[in-house]
Formats: sequence, structure tokens, C-alpha cells
Amino acid sequence: MAVPLEFYLGLSVALFALGAIGVLIRRNILIILMCIEMMLNAVNLAFIGFADAFKAVDGQMFVFFVMTVAAAEVAVGLALVVAIFRNRATVSVDDLNLMKW
Amino acid sequence: MHTLFYILAATALVAGALVVFQTHPLRSALWLIVNFFAVAGLYLLANAEFIAAIQIIVYAGAIMVLFLFVIMLLNLRQPEEPSPMPALGTKILAVSLAVTTGFLMIYGFKKAVLIPVRAGAPGLGNTESVARLLFTDYLLPFEVTSVLLLVAIVGAVVLSKSRLK
Repeated sequence: MAVPLEFYLGLSVALFALGAIGVLIRRNILIILMCIEMMLNAVNLAFIGFADAFKAVDGQMFVFFVMTVAAAEVAVGLALVVAIFRNRATVSVDDLNLMKW
Repeated sequence: MHTLFYILAATALVAGALVVFQTHPLRSALWLIVNFFAVAGLYLLANAEFIAAIQIIVYAGAIMVLFLFVIMLLNLRQPEEPSPMPALGTKILAVSLAVTTGFLMIYGFKKAVLIPVRAGAPGLGNTESVARLLFTDYLLPFEVTSVLLLVAIVGAVVLSKSRLK
């Protein structure tokens, strides 16, 4: 007896909402990056749920590509964080207002 | 099967909530690893063994090691200051936006009709069918992915050099 698709979609929505809340309320840029990872994971879960429900492997291919993009994003994002910390000695997004008008 | 799903889903949700509400980024990172393992278990439950293995190797392995490395490199001592309370108008706007989005989502789910697409090839193991699709239908995206990774490597190296000439 397989788990129905609705369960996967519900959990995916809940995890995505948690990640979005984290991005909105946290001020530490590292935790914001982690919450973005969690949101990407939630989307992956929805893809896997659909792939299982439709018995098609295409959904798993999309998860594969999302993971690659996530890995590249984390590498560049963390390099940016280190560069910002070197210049400004802070990881709080409130202090990074150089491009704010 | 359902019990296992409930256990893994509860683990993922609790770990995800702890990621958001921990004060120190190191603890957030450790809870995020728990979250990734629970999601990998859910992938196994949905017959995606290859993706589950990749999830543990790439996410819980490579990406989180990178996160922990940077957190320890920066060596943050001062705790995060709480953000200032928003104005009443902003609060009302935020709540009404959230409620509207929730209603639209429920409405969309109620109206959605699932149409079966093409069925997977029978008689193939999961990893085998993933590999077959990766090197036939998705060959071009797969090759573009390697270019993307190369760009990311070059970008990370350029950003972490202390001085550009």
C-alpha cells in the first residue's frame, strides 16, 4: 500500500512554508541560505511524490538537476558570504545596505 | 508504510522548525542534516533509491560540510539581535496576504485533476532507468550541468581570492 500523493504534497508545502518563514524572519545570512536549501528540498519532495504517483522517472531527473543547481548555488553563496565577512565583519543582512536606495 | 511516512514526516518537520528557530547557525546546520536524512528516507519510501543516495552524499555530505566549514571559519561570537517589530499596517498586510495565499492554494488543490503521463519502462531497476533516461532524453541538460558546475567552481575561486588584479 503506497503512500498517497496528497501526503507528499502536504509535507512539501509545510517544509516550503517553514523555509520561507526562515528566509523572512531571520537576519543571519548563513541561516537564510540554509532555509533556501530547505525550500529546494521541499520542491524536490513534491517532484519525487509525483514521480512515484505517475510511475515516471522524469520527476527524478528534475530532482537530479535541482540538486546540481543547489550545490553550485551553495558554493558561490558561501564564497560571497566569506568575501562579505572579510570586508564588513558581519553576517547580518540588516548591516548590508550598500545597494539600498 | 504509512507509519514510516508519519515518523519521517514528523522528523523532517521538527528538524526544519528547529533550523528556523535556533539562535546559533551551527545548531541550525546540524538540525538541517537531520532534516535531509528524514527527506532521504521519504525518497526511499517513494521508490527513488538513486535520488536518496544522492541526497545523502551531496546534501548531507558535501553541502553541509561546506556550511559547517564556513560557520567555523567565520567563528561568530555575537548572538543575533532580534529584528525590530514591524508597523501595524505591515502586520495586517502580511496576515491578509498569507490568508489569501492559503485560500488560493486550497482552491487550486481542490480543482486540480491528476492526468497520468507516460508510464516508466517496465522491468527496469530504478537506478538503471534513471541512467537510461539521463543519457538519452536528458543528455543535453546533463552536459550543460557540467558547464554550470565549472562556472560555479571558477566563481567560488575568484570570490575567495583576497585581491583581484
